[in-house]
Amino acid sequence: MAQAKLLKNDSLKGLFAKLKASGRRILAPRGKPERILFEEVSSPEGMASKYIQTTLSAKSAVFPRCEELFQYRFEGKDVKIEDRQLDPPPTVIFGLRPCDASSFAVLNAVFSWDYQDAFFKSRLKNTAVIGISCRESDQYCFCTSVGGGPGDTKGSDILLTRQDSGDYLAEILTAKGQELVSLAPELFAPAPSAEKGKFLAQVPAHFEVKELSQKLPRLFDSGIWVEQSLRCLGCGACAFVCPTCVCFDIQDEADREAGSRLRCWDSCGFSLFTLHTSGHNPRSVQSQRWRQRLMHKFSYFPERLEVLGCVGCGRCARSCPADMNLLEHLQAIMEAP
Amino acid sequence: MAEFEPKIVAFVCNWCTYAGADLTGTSRIKYAHNVRMIRLPCTGRIDFMLLLKAFARGADGVIVSGCHPGDCHYTAGNYHARRRWILFRQLLDFLGFDIRRLHFAWVSAAEGAKWAETVNSVVEEVRRLGPFQNYQQLARAGIE
Amino acid sequence: MDQLRKKARELLESGAVKTVIGYGQGSGKAVRAVFIRQPEQTEKLILDERCRQNLAVYLLKPEVKNLGKPAVVARLPVLRSILQLAAESQLADGQMVILGISPDGQLLDFASLKAVADYVSAQSLELPPPEREQLEQIEKKSPAERWNFWQEEFSRCVKCYACRASCPLCYCSRCAVECNQPQWISSASHARGNLEWHLVRAMHLAGRCVNCGDCARACPVGIPLNLLTRKLGEEVFKDFGLRAGTTPELKYALATFRPEDQEDFIR
Repeated sequence: MAQAKLLKNDSLKGLFAKLKASGRRILAPRGKPERILFEEVSSPEGMASKYIQTTLSAKSAVFPRCEELFQYRFEGKDVKIEDRQLDPPPTVIFGLRPCDASSFAVLNAVFSWDYQDAFFKSRLKNTAVIGISCRESDQYCFCTSVGGGPGDTKGSDILLTRQDSGDYLAEILTAKGQELVSLAPELFAPAPSAEKGKFLAQVPAHFEVKELSQKLPRLFDSGIWVEQSLRCLGCGACAFVCPTCVCFDIQDEADREAGSRLRCWDSCGFSLFTLHTSGHNPRSVQSQRWRQRLMHKFSYFPERLEVLGCVGCGRCARSCPADMNLLEHLQAIMEAP
Repeated sequence: MAEFEPKIVAFVCNWCTYAGADLTGTSRIKYAHNVRMIRLPCTGRIDFMLLLKAFARGADGVIVSGCHPGDCHYTAGNYHARRRWILFRQLLDFLGFDIRRLHFAWVSAAEGAKWAETVNSVVEEVRRLGPFQNYQQLARAGIE
Repeated sequence: MDQLRKKARELLESGAVKTVIGYGQGSGKAVRAVFIRQPEQTEKLILDERCRQNLAVYLLKPEVKNLGKPAVVARLPVLRSILQLAAESQLADGQMVILGISPDGQLLDFASLKAVADYVSAQSLELPPPEREQLEQIEKKSPAERWNFWQEEFSRCVKCYACRASCPLCYCSRCAVECNQPQWISSASHARGNLEWHLVRAMHLAGRCVNCGDCARACPVGIPLNLLTRKLGEEVFKDFGLRAGTTPELKYALATFRPEDQEDFIR
């Protein structure tokens, strides 16, 4: 289904205008060099361009950091629940890297596993992705080790590759992508060449991920977890910047008359994450929580959900205040006896 | 259009201000009806999180009142409270929170008139400031 | 650096300590916390201007404690954190060997916490002009400007609690924000929840913060939250004459008082 078109850099302004005019919300990367985030924009002006990766992922478009599930009112002894109308605004995420684009499949695996999560599903359905492939990578990137790549098309509806001329090769990959093109067909010219390899970053693969997934269960009782996690502070930065981390907490915020139930991001790195009501905490020390993080992403996910829980974006390592560097730890695990 | 009636929450100590407010009543002194009193044993027990809760629940203004320094029923509770308030107020101001909505007073059990005066003056000031929109807007911001 | 490595090696070889908590090579050009247990590994210790992380945070971690008696590389903010933790009965004299580092990188030998306190008292703890300037820039805004500034900053907060986790003085096993019977402040990362968290964190660190700046460095979205704790630290000094981390005896501003404490806002 993929078609290759040419989208001129100058045409971005017109494209954004057409997207806005069609009633869509556009999220694009903006901000200071050390802190680029996805923000709602109406034009490509001021959009960040020379950067490896945003600080936070775009997962909040489909899995907000604080989402209202429903409201309720107390009427006498009764509780009246007011479900919210699931009508998320049609959204286009512009400038998503291929690693992030493939993360939606991972989120989807969790939210469709034993229960179809209507909140997530409705947002995902209303979200289109115009991805941008990577011309550069840094030491923290490891997409090619986890089945991805700097020009990977998984998860994008349109994938743009910036050529040396500054114009984009645009691969129209899905029906959603076709729909976006049909809003401004005059901006998408036939592409003289569909070759993109020469515009992509070289990202060496560091390990064989299937081997990693098979090795991990054998290391469950290894002392490697304590060694690796000594400097971990137990914050939630890695989980919250991660595009595939999906743990959440439910909070009821109410007064005597009414309240609302919220779903908020949570992290398995927090010390109280697995605290039981009885007072027992099966993961009471950081090494157990660090082990959980890795096994969850690289062992339990592939085993139970048939997707890997990591896309190799490297955000966790870039944001970690203790420099935990996931890639380094994974390499150490591969080398461990 | 109805005039804006501010909602004021007052955190008061049992032994001085609450008794003083009682005296206001028995002295038949009329004062603004906008205040809801929350009685605590001592101002020393007042955690600043209680004040935040009042604002979160829709208070337009908050009064905190207790025994005069030296007269605390528990000897030193109000001295500790005073230190807390000095810092809390500075922090709120630094954050741009409208500190004209947070008032502190020493009202003794004999100062029925002072209590009425305090409440009336706070109500009038907060009425002039209007509803605490800044804070109330926070309630829905950031929730998707 | 050589002095430090030599001393660290001696301590490990003699068995005086089981681990040396210091800085070593991190990702790329960064340094990270390291836990050296073999004497020959002490060559990996690094000491330069990149070594900012407050290592005192590791002294209270159970798995670090399990390694045995530690030595810890301690620049001034780390020394102050250790004193404050000792004042709050979280650390005891003799529980660790303190490898003090002077501002010009010299190794300082401290036989006891009292020696550390004497050293710290001789240092100027006044805010350096650029840090004072950062506070003044906010103070001179109007209240409305300050509100907008902080709301804009807090809008990025995702409640990851990296600020809390990186601070040696935030060691409560049940943080106030995790209390839900009753729930005083919201743990969600909406606008009110973010404001409440930062207010509570600043208040609970008032007079305890040593101005190491780790909280702001840890924040993945770059909120200058060390300015809040720094501001209150200055207020505590101005109003009550106390500074955090200067003595191993507890002198906590909010646990003490003077009958003549001054204020101008109580009717």
